[in-house]
Amino acid sequence: MTRFGIPQFPGSCDETDTLLACSRVGEAELLWHKDKDLKGVDVVVVPGGFSYGDYLRVGAIPPFSPVMQAVKEFAAEGGLVLGICNGFQVLTEAGLLPGALLPNVNLAFTCRQVDLVVENVETPLTHEFAPTERISVPAKHTTGRYFAPTEMLNALEAEGQIILRYAEGHNFNGSVNDIAGVCNERRNVFGLMPHPEHAVDPLTGSDDGLKLFSSLASAAGVPA
Amino acid sequence: MTTAQAPHIALGLTDPEFELIVEKMGREPNATELAMFSLMWSEHCSYKHSKKILGQLPVEGPHLLMGPGENAGAVTVGDGLAIAFKVESHNHPSAVEPFQGAATGVGGILRDIFAVGARPIAVLDSLRFGELSSQRSRYLADQAVAGIGHYGNSIGVPTIGGEIYFESPYEQNCLVNAMALGLAPVDQLIKSAAAGVGNHLVLFGASTGRDGIGGASVLASAELGDDDGSKRPTVQVGDPFEESKLVECCLELLGKDLLASLQDLGAAGLTSASSEMASKGEVGLDIHVDRVPLREQGMEPFEIMVSESQERMLCVVTPELLDEVLSVCDKWDLHHAVIGEVTDTRHMKIYENGELVGDMPVPALVDDCPVYTLAPEEPTEQIYPAPSVDSEAARAARAAFDDNAQGILTALLASDNISSRRHYFERYDCIVGSRTTKRPEQAEAAVLHLWKQNESGAPIPGPSIAVSIDGSGRKVAADPYRGTIGNVLECAANIACVGGEPLGLTNCLNFGNPEKPHIAWQLTESVKGMRDACNALKLPVVGGNVSLYNQSADGPIYPTPVVGIVGGVPDPAVVATNTFAEEELFVGLIGPFEPTLAASELAKLIGDELPTRLPDLDLAKHAESLTLVRDAVRAGTIKVARDISEGGLATALAECSLGGVGATIDIAPLVERVSRAYPDAEPHQHARTALFGEGPGGIVVAGSREDLLALSNSAASMGFLALGTTGGQLLTISDPTGTLKEVSLPASEIQRIHGGALSERVSS
Repeated sequence: MTRFGIPQFPGSCDETDTLLACSRVGEAELLWHKDKDLKGVDVVVVPGGFSYGDYLRVGAIPPFSPVMQAVKEFAAEGGLVLGICNGFQVLTEAGLLPGALLPNVNLAFTCRQVDLVVENVETPLTHEFAPTERISVPAKHTTGRYFAPTEMLNALEAEGQIILRYAEGHNFNGSVNDIAGVCNERRNVFGLMPHPEHAVDPLTGSDDGLKLFSSLASAAGVPA
Repeated sequence: MTTAQAPHIALGLTDPEFELIVEKMGREPNATELAMFSLMWSEHCSYKHSKKILGQLPVEGPHLLMGPGENAGAVTVGDGLAIAFKVESHNHPSAVEPFQGAATGVGGILRDIFAVGARPIAVLDSLRFGELSSQRSRYLADQAVAGIGHYGNSIGVPTIGGEIYFESPYEQNCLVNAMALGLAPVDQLIKSAAAGVGNHLVLFGASTGRDGIGGASVLASAELGDDDGSKRPTVQVGDPFEESKLVECCLELLGKDLLASLQDLGAAGLTSASSEMASKGEVGLDIHVDRVPLREQGMEPFEIMVSESQERMLCVVTPELLDEVLSVCDKWDLHHAVIGEVTDTRHMKIYENGELVGDMPVPALVDDCPVYTLAPEEPTEQIYPAPSVDSEAARAARAAFDDNAQGILTALLASDNISSRRHYFERYDCIVGSRTTKRPEQAEAAVLHLWKQNESGAPIPGPSIAVSIDGSGRKVAADPYRGTIGNVLECAANIACVGGEPLGLTNCLNFGNPEKPHIAWQLTESVKGMRDACNALKLPVVGGNVSLYNQSADGPIYPTPVVGIVGGVPDPAVVATNTFAEEELFVGLIGPFEPTLAASELAKLIGDELPTRLPDLDLAKHAESLTLVRDAVRAGTIKVARDISEGGLATALAECSLGGVGATIDIAPLVERVSRAYPDAEPHQHARTALFGEGPGGIVVAGSREDLLALSNSAASMGFLALGTTGGQLLTISDPTGTLKEVSLPASEIQRIHGGALSERVSS
């Protein structure tokens, strides 16, 4: 069974939600921020929230934590890493993902169910989806406007590193090219602003996000 | 010539109160002692003007675990789980500094929840501001919502519901009430009574500074006035990051069973927290102020004792567990200090560097504050002027008033108190925690499922709950007794609409200055109404808050008793929605609904005077009707349920069409009921009252024809009326008397008007 590890920083908010979502498709445990020990997990999911209060700049502090030092090494060895919301911000700050997240165009925290289009289904995160499949997932953030300089953006588009886009009319934060999620060149590190861990049960609104976790679980190549 | 004010007067104590303190102490108090007495004897801490009348509220029920007196009340919800909940006000701080005032209101109510050992799982808010035409009101609303979102979103507790209304009496004195819910195993709930002579008193969390000094006495227990800007330093600044660590630390301490008791520091800071613990435990406490971690140098003992610095907790620990407790605090990077010991002296003794600087008998400080009897007097005429609204919606309603029902309806749908609250609630995280199964606008009440984890950590179903918060001010201003009953019934109706059985009620009584006879009358009548409504619903009051002195030079606020109810839901998958999700459903109206235009939204839009009385109601019948609705929702018979509230039946039907499916409605049965109630009125008044009249007890329901016809037989005595059928994209409402033109609105048009009005208005 695939084992997921979820780094927990003081100020993390969605770590329990992520733990619950991952445990639907594998085993999952929290990883304490002060420990440089990933406990041998197969996949790391950096959760949403406000790590260390996010008072300096969103996601700026965690890259210096012991647990993220270990995550960087894990990613360098090809380990699968997903960052959700604050986790995405952390991964861009850590230099593991291209681009940056800027304040929403409305300059306010916004919580809204949005439709996303899966752009690239040839990645470990998305291989269980059909091409251009449309999914409903909630987003909730103040600083979610994806930005990359033109040259970098063109390269990301050309290399198929844009994995999720907001459907037409759903890009409330003003992200460039409607980008909701990206991956690195090696396709083992992923970041997305919407929250798939909050879309794993029809009872709470949608289960469209579950396939992202089961894709990761099967891609990790651990027999059930 | 100016006379220097006596210190006790400046601190808000009267001369007789000061003399009583001298008598209890056997001497004059020193500065530290006087500061502590002034807080403990303030209205905010002592409830001296409300205690006598609050005694009549019912406080017992089969699901009750903790009632009034603890940091929060609690009820059982099954499977060995408890829900702790409470509503509290932060009105005056929010009027002075809305962002931090509202943020720390959330921080404070959350601490009340985890102080009883429960993990905070939800926040709701109840907000009142002046009319949106006022720039100040737009600013206050925007900043208060931002502050609530800032705290709740950052700490990872979802804000799942609430209400926001705009009325001119709140222009100078806005209301910011926040309700929080927490989840705990029943056996992990903890009380705050200090126990065990020789045990340590540990202060942990944030350091202590000069913020919020005098908040409870100077700010919360007096009317607002001209120099409120100077009171800004009495408002505290919140740090949700510190509190999120504090929550996890407290729950870890309690999970490991390391604490003898726990108390949060809120209004009146260390003074209130320590003396309440000592009083409940019937012990004494020695406190060494020099051991308190400070954020600034040179603080006087009284400043340390009264500081309202946020994000702090106080606990009692046995000597053998102390090291373990401190290491948990270290893990979460929190300040901590052993600041004192539990003694058998029944005195609060305050030391600074070993020197005694304060020595007060605990009972004198906590229990001996005089309790006042109100002197209520019913005013001879309505004290509030007719609402004067200047908005496009109001002008449209006035223009359409003669016979154009559709014009009135569209004006109501666009009005500030009825249009979609999305502009505000989208600024709250309503889903963190993975418990929210009905978000804002998806049902009449928020619904949470309380998942548990199986052996491998995956979520498995647990019990579910419904929660709602309600509190009309205008109807209570019209008739404090019946208006308050209406508030309780509306909240209970919202719970019934999702199949919830009400388990307990919390309240926040927001009123003006109780020393004024007409305010005392409002308060007295309102509490009587709450008592009678709770008794009829067999619903205990688990605790709450009283916020008095909500008035300014412009006069008092509308009396605003806000109530929050938690209900038990057996199956979160069998919950009625509040929009017509399917075609060909049979639409009816259940309940002893007797609409009146008095004090309604329509009356406000056209500037009608407030009445001095609302219609009588049969409480037993209302309670029976709500039980019937709840059972039918649980059985799946009722698929759609919407409580008729602001804007009456027509507005409720329009809101039911927000899902995209319309309906064909004939209001003849309700017109007939109205004409029986008002035989002398003109026919067009009957039709208008049926369409737009308000009152408790009316629920629009939809389900299959067979199911609802069977229900209508058993519900005949509950006043079941058949109204029509869902289907198509048009909502048509016809009045067979022909006195009003037919309503015919596409669902998409209703969505556009209702959905966009508020954001357009606040950005204009």
